[in-house]
Amino acid sequence: MTISYYLVLAAILFTIGAVGVLVRRNAIVVFMCIELMLNSVNLTLVTFARSTGTIDGQIMAFFVMVVAAAEVVIGLAIIMSIYRTRRSASVDDANLLKY
Amino acid sequence: MIDVPDLDIAALAPLLLVLGAACIGVLVEAFAPRHVRHPVQVTLALVGTVGALAATLLLALGGHEDGVTAGAALAVDGAALFLQATIAGLGALSILLFAERSLDPAKSAFVASAAVPAGSSRDRELMTAERVQTEVYPLATFAIGGMMLFVAANDLLVMFVALEVLSLPLYLISGMARRRRLLSQEAAVKYFLLGAFASAFFLYGLALVYGATGSVRLSDIREAGLDGGGDVLMVLGLGLLIVGLLFKASVAPFHTWTPDVYQGAPTPVTAFMAACTKVAAFGAILRLLYVAFGTAEWTWRPLIYAVAIVSMIVGAVLGLTQTDLKRMLAYSSVAHAGFLLTGVLGLGAGGTGSGLAATMFYLLAYGLTTLGAFAVLTLVRDGDGEATHLSQWAGLGARSPLTAAVMSLFLLALAGIPLTAGFTGKFAVFRAAIEEGAWPLAVVALVASAVAAFFYLRVIVLMYFSEPVADGPTVGVAGIPTTLVLAITATATLALGILPGAVLDLAEQAARFVG
Repeated sequence: MTISYYLVLAAILFTIGAVGVLVRRNAIVVFMCIELMLNSVNLTLVTFARSTGTIDGQIMAFFVMVVAAAEVVIGLAIIMSIYRTRRSASVDDANLLKY
Repeated sequence: MIDVPDLDIAALAPLLLVLGAACIGVLVEAFAPRHVRHPVQVTLALVGTVGALAATLLLALGGHEDGVTAGAALAVDGAALFLQATIAGLGALSILLFAERSLDPAKSAFVASAAVPAGSSRDRELMTAERVQTEVYPLATFAIGGMMLFVAANDLLVMFVALEVLSLPLYLISGMARRRRLLSQEAAVKYFLLGAFASAFFLYGLALVYGATGSVRLSDIREAGLDGGGDVLMVLGLGLLIVGLLFKASVAPFHTWTPDVYQGAPTPVTAFMAACTKVAAFGAILRLLYVAFGTAEWTWRPLIYAVAIVSMIVGAVLGLTQTDLKRMLAYSSVAHAGFLLTGVLGLGAGGTGSGLAATMFYLLAYGLTTLGAFAVLTLVRDGDGEATHLSQWAGLGARSPLTAAVMSLFLLALAGIPLTAGFTGKFAVFRAAIEEGAWPLAVVALVASAVAAFFYLRVIVLMYFSEPVADGPTVGVAGIPTTLVLAITATATLALGILPGAVLDLAEQAARFVG
């Protein structure tokens, strides 16, 4: 097994996540797509840790997980607060600020 | 077996003070009774930030030797100390703006309880209550700590963690306005989703650079760049890292969040973001480009050149069409990000040019001026909170000459009129760019400045030469905190314009990177 398969898979996942952020309309789904991007980075880091023979990449994956967990807390809190007022989590409905 | 890294406690003191104050703030939230929390939190946040400012000044004036510490994860050098001092000082002023309680009849710019749905009966009940969500102080202090870490990060991973430590609290506090809560919450959602998107790009860039070099230490990346040359992974990684950082610095075309968030967030928070985040983001951009990629200039120079031009044009042109003052200042911040990038390019090969000192001076001058401008915005109010629509400012000069005069000073400084801080800053960055041969950029910058001057001056004309509207806004009587902020920022804006020598010298001496 060459490592490039893992890198390509990670790149595909990252792209799916990035496209998802741009086209999906529900804030929760957008957020899930961002998490997908972060996890594809984890896969990349772990793969590179193997290819470069250093352990740093694996440690960094842990850092990313912890930061992602903190981000989930903040993100869901913000999305919840807007949902309780508007009864909608669609990013298209939040359109008071423009131009 | 993991070796314990050397910790230079003296060099870390500014960071420890701010982050320590933030941690104690969280404990105060948990244990102190509600009625004492506000004064305690304000005092704590001020002690942390002012203490950090004093500590950085002591380190800088005490001749602290440049070096890396904490296992080379942090670089404490002249540039880091100058930027840390700037962030701590501007942060302390922002905390003062947060603490203002006499302007709004509702006692604070911040919501009484962020968990109560906007518009509910409980929300209306709490509208005029003394209660306030005091979590904003520890959150803001954490953000300041993250920014100070950001400019000293000598390692991409530390840079990423600092980026999140500064961003996450900002997402929250931008959704905590007491009035117009829907706008504020919308701003928070937009800022959060786009910010998280951008940090994912930064992170992917980090992973690719790690793959290309086997390390995320800036000095190692520099060495690997010397041998490898134009490695595809490295160039891709650099591009993604720059996208993540330019987003934070609100450089066009990554600025789309800026007007919405600046308008929706509570004005003190907008002031804080506009001043401090800019300093932190540019500190990190300078360090990344010159310490890690200083030997691969050909890869990023054209990119930065292009985004600088786009940013100046977008900021200046779209600023013309705005009718809301907060949005107008947001586009002005986009244009200023472009001017700052001119200074970044003025650093020249190997970081030898005068661009670093010029950019640092510009950051200080712009931070003080923009903080002051937003502080004036908090004063002019109507029944529904702050009156930020341009038409409401008509004839303000007749109604409140002092407010109009102070606002005019800040607007002139933002436009870059001589004898204000803005002029000195612009002059310094343009000169640095021209010295490095980037004169076409300086020409574009001058044209953009001229266009931008139009919309700043339009506000001044509106204030002095228009008839006041019949049911116009009132000018609130500022409490001690806001008065202090206005006095300091206005004095500094004038002083940096008339006698900039001392501070320019300081920036000149501080302009050095280790790594």
